[in-house]
Formats: sequence, structure tokens, C-alpha cells
Amino acid sequence: MNWFNIALYLVSVLAVGISFVKDKQKTRMAFKKAFKSLENILPAMLVILMVIGVTMAWITPEVISSLIGESSGIWGVMVASFLGSITLIPGFIAFPLAANLLKLNAGYTQMAAFISTLMMVGVVTFQMETKYLGAGLALKRNVAAFIYSVLIAFVIGGLMIWLP
Amino acid sequence: MAAMIKRYRMFFLLVIINLIILFSGFEQGPIAFKAAALNLKEMLLVLPPIFILMGLLDVWVKRETMIVWMGDKSGFKGMSLAFLLGSAAAGPLYAAFPITYTMAKKGVSITNILVFLGAWSTLKIPLLLFEFSNLGVKFTLIRLFFNVFAIAFLSWLVKGLMTERDHRAFEESIVKNDALSD
Repeated sequence: MNWFNIALYLVSVLAVGISFVKDKQKTRMAFKKAFKSLENILPAMLVILMVIGVTMAWITPEVISSLIGESSGIWGVMVASFLGSITLIPGFIAFPLAANLLKLNAGYTQMAAFISTLMMVGVVTFQMETKYLGAGLALKRNVAAFIYSVLIAFVIGGLMIWLP
Repeated sequence: MAAMIKRYRMFFLLVIINLIILFSGFEQGPIAFKAAALNLKEMLLVLPPIFILMGLLDVWVKRETMIVWMGDKSGFKGMSLAFLLGSAAAGPLYAAFPITYTMAKKGVSITNILVFLGAWSTLKIPLLLFEFSNLGVKFTLIRLFFNVFAIAFLSWLVKGLMTERDHRAFEESIVKNDALSD
């Protein structure tokens, strides 16, 4: 458990404590709402978690390395953006992976595209997003995030060379 | 019981697939399983406190108050709050979607909800620190610099590109989730 989770729990316990002292009934209602919305999302959440497991068996760091590492230029950026969009790799695996790829001579542009799309675009989670934002808004958010990720990748790639 | 099995059938099916991958001698089997298990642990750890905080927000903070703070006319203050809330986050982006429901219900503007999602996806402080240590200060700072402006701009842009139908679908999703959580 990292310090961040500890802080999250401390804040929650404190908030619940204050709420409980002020109004037991309201606190009970808050718990009921929390439980219901958690139960509401849990099946979809668990499915996504398991999909991560299945995709990680196929789209391994080696596969990603071979796909992004070798293809350079615009083609490489497109491959990286596509991979970042469809995969769901947690940050604690993605960043070391990206660092490794850079050592293997992958470009910063490709890495930036991969990381940005990985964080902002979610194909696997799209259905869940639709449930909360509606299909139109969810689609527009993802498309905007994708275009931005590709564009900014070139800017970052350029600046990494140009800046001292 | 039958209803529960039906609700979780996809999950059980995927657990079985994961177990098959694990035991079928796939080179990646153990790594894939470990990634799924680590994610599961992280989610089970982080979700309950987040949802309880959302529940407390729901019962304690009045809609009128939230509209003043983060509603359509909240301006710079509202957007700054959305940035702060998003970057103080824990967990992957898909954990943020249920939170947007409570925000929308309380009258937080769509632009600010999008800013919150944007900040959650790329400005999470623990993740930024990890990016620093792996990819270097220069790379992280350049990305951070552009992302802050882009999140504000893209949120405004996406909100502006919404059609009547998108707005209706958004409202409907709030109503639907409302029925499920009361």
C-alpha cells in the first residue's frame, strides 16, 4: 500500500467520522448509495480487469517492442497510437516498458503517442464510458483525445531533440 | 442467486479463460495473470473509499452549492477545482466514470466533468512522479505543460461539438444510473 492509498483511506475515515457525528441517518444513506453504485459498476469493472489479463497474454511487452521499436516515422506513430488506444496497460508496467523501448532506439514521438493514447483513449472501456456519459459524448471525447495524442506526439518528439 | 450469476457471467467466463491461459503453458501466462491480479487488488483497494466519499458528497453537498462551485457559470474557479480533483486521483481512468455521474447529478458542468476526466487520465500526481523517474524530467515536463492547456481546450471543444442528441443521451444516462443507485 503506497502513501497515496493511505492518504485516501485517512481522508475517507475522517470524512465518515465527521459525517457520523453530525448525522447518523445521512451517513447510513451515504453508505447505501456507495454500496449500490459500486455494485452497479462492479460486473463491468471486473470484466475489464480480466480483459487486461487476456490481452496481456497476447500483446506482450515483446510484441509491443517489436511493433513500435522497429517501425519509425509516421507509420510508427500510427502503430503506437493504435496500440495505446486498444490496450489497457497500467502505468507501473507502461512507463518502465516505454523507458526500455527508448533504450532500444525507439523514438520519443512514438513513445509519446503510445503513452498519451494509453492514458486518454479507451476502446476496451468504451462501453462503460457510454453508460455514464452517453454514446455521443463518449465517442467525441475519445476521438478528440486520439487526434490530440497523435499531434502532440510530433511536438514532443520535436522538442525532445530541439530543446537542450 | 441466478440473477447474480447472470450479472457476473462474463466475469466468470473471463476468469476461466485467464486460468486456461495461465495453465496452458503460455510463456506470458504468469505475467498476464499477475497483471490482472495486481489490477484487481488495486481496484478493490481504491474503489470503496472513493465510492464512500462520493456517497458522502451526494448526501451532504447541496446541488445549489455544487452549481456555484463547479456549474456552468463557475468559470476559472470551477475549472481549477476540476483540475485539482482529477489530479488528486487514484486508479485508472475507468474508475473515474462512476464519479462523473455524481458530479453531473449535482450540477457540475459538462466542460468541468471533461476537465476532471482529462486531469484524471494524465495529471495524476503519483503517476507523474513515476513518469519522472522512468522517462526523465524533460519528457514529463513537456508533456505536462501541453496537457494542462490541451485538457482545458479539448474539454471546451468537445462540449461545443455536442449535438442535441448527445445532450439528451447524457441526461438519460444520469437518470438511468439514478434509478440504479437509489
